[in-house]
Amino acid sequence: MSIQSDAPVAATKQESRRPAGPTKAQLSEGKRAERNLGLLLCAPAAIIIVLVTAYPIGYAIWLSLQRYDLRFPAEQTFVGLSNYATVLASSYWWQAFGVTMLITVISVVIEFVLGLALALLMHRTLVARGLVRTVILIPYGIVTVVAAFSWQFAWTPDKGYLAALLPDSSAPLTEYGSALAIIIGAEVWKTTPFMALLLLAGLALVPDDLLKAAQVDGAGPWQRLTQIILPMMKPAILVALLFRTLDAFRVFDNIYILTQGSNGTGSVSMLGYDNLFKAFNLGIGSAISVLIFICVALLAILFIKLFGASAPGSEPSGRR
Amino acid sequence: MATTTGDPRARVWWGVAGLVVVLYALIPVLWILSLSFKTTDTITDGNFIPRSWTLDNYAQIFSLDIFTSALRNSIGISIIATVLAVVIGTMAAYAIARLDFPGKKILVGVSLLIAMFPQVSLVSPLFDIERAVGLFDTWPGLILPYITFALPLAIYTLSAFFREIPWELEKAAKMDGATPLQAFRSVIVPLAAPGVFTTAILVFIFCWNDFLFAISLTSTQRSQTATVAIANFTGASQFAEPTGSIAAAAVLLTIPIIIFVLLFQRRIVAGLTSGAVKG
Repeated sequence: MSIQSDAPVAATKQESRRPAGPTKAQLSEGKRAERNLGLLLCAPAAIIIVLVTAYPIGYAIWLSLQRYDLRFPAEQTFVGLSNYATVLASSYWWQAFGVTMLITVISVVIEFVLGLALALLMHRTLVARGLVRTVILIPYGIVTVVAAFSWQFAWTPDKGYLAALLPDSSAPLTEYGSALAIIIGAEVWKTTPFMALLLLAGLALVPDDLLKAAQVDGAGPWQRLTQIILPMMKPAILVALLFRTLDAFRVFDNIYILTQGSNGTGSVSMLGYDNLFKAFNLGIGSAISVLIFICVALLAILFIKLFGASAPGSEPSGRR
Repeated sequence: MATTTGDPRARVWWGVAGLVVVLYALIPVLWILSLSFKTTDTITDGNFIPRSWTLDNYAQIFSLDIFTSALRNSIGISIIATVLAVVIGTMAAYAIARLDFPGKKILVGVSLLIAMFPQVSLVSPLFDIERAVGLFDTWPGLILPYITFALPLAIYTLSAFFREIPWELEKAAKMDGATPLQAFRSVIVPLAAPGVFTTAILVFIFCWNDFLFAISLTSTQRSQTATVAIANFTGASQFAEPTGSIAAAAVLLTIPIIIFVLLFQRRIVAGLTSGAVKG
């Protein structure tokens, strides 16, 4: 999912600067009507969010404290934190966690470098800019499952044009290292355009005059990139990295299609899914759900601490 | 970067770079397209371009209930979820962009949280809840989570668009005696239509793309969507090689997205990046 940073917060700020109405009586009456309308308009969104996320996550926490196997529903009892102990003591969790972190870190780093190059290209190119900007949306828009099948078929021995380039009897999707590389490749292919578009929007804010002035002063292309462009793009970079990191941590579709999580390539999302639909264990599955939720929350907090004031949700400085 | 517009050598380099990007974006798509046109005996030849062409794969998937019902489910569920998410999102975004009321900051913060929420964390509890209330394996059972996860996208994109709208018109309508609700309906909605439309495309792409909820919260053809049908597809018969059919189904799933991208490229880019860095 792709969400941007601080628009509504900024709107909030503007709101409070709005000039007051003509008379006090009118104001208070108008204010009350405005208040009620605001609450009314937001109510459906708030209700559905609570129903579909807040309540289930609370329910997941409660389930995670139960012994609850779907095959033996009668044996449901309160077991405290023992599901967490089971998960955290199991090598499956740590294996999946390691794989997920590996995929997340490597794919986000590659996506950032490629995405920045792509953004610079789209920003500066003199040739076929419209064409490049259009085709780049295809990987973004295409269904992940479809793209994953394309990658899977390409690397399947006998069938694939890429597998045909490899020595005989190699099956890259069945080996840990090469399978992970293909999963990362599929992730990178699909999401680099999104990263590039977010970075492009940040790039558009860097004034050309400043770059020209730096060039006159003798700054080379690399210096201009690292000393001027990247620092000025910091808010856009933060948003792009934050959302992609949290998104990559949830990786599921690509792995499900490419390897089914075999040979130790399963992510934490795969583990949670398998626990529910292969082991039918809701208690353990819910404990995994809650742990993933905590991981994502920690990642988000880490990001916001690292980037400090330019994090989404805080006030944009230098506005207007 | 220090290029001037007239330099022919720079144009060549930009051209080469552009070509690389175009190939990057298109090769996986062309590959699945190529597979979908291959005949059964050439599908395992590993050639990028088919040696012999056929439409059999397409004919076959349309003769299969699993696929046609899945396509119907995907279209129906995605459209309903998109309409509802956009309506609910528009209301909330308008309130957030324009009105002063308690709890606004909380809603904005919660939206941001939902955008980062790991969907897999909801799979176990939603599975259990939906089975208990009879929503499991139904259209609403998928539409509800789709709306929820599309809402942050809708709220953020729309409120960014709403900031650009000339609000004096609304004030003028109110001076002419319109209530806030009337001002919203007859003045702002038409002005906001392009933003709403862009949001609808992004939300539709999101719903169309979903796999995790679809595979967890459905079990039969009643509500299974196309992504799940493709993933579970094992061939028309036990002995048939499913690759061609999967490829054909994959191409069909991709066509609406490609049409959107070609028609609304500018809007999609504007929607994706709105609010991201305008601050």
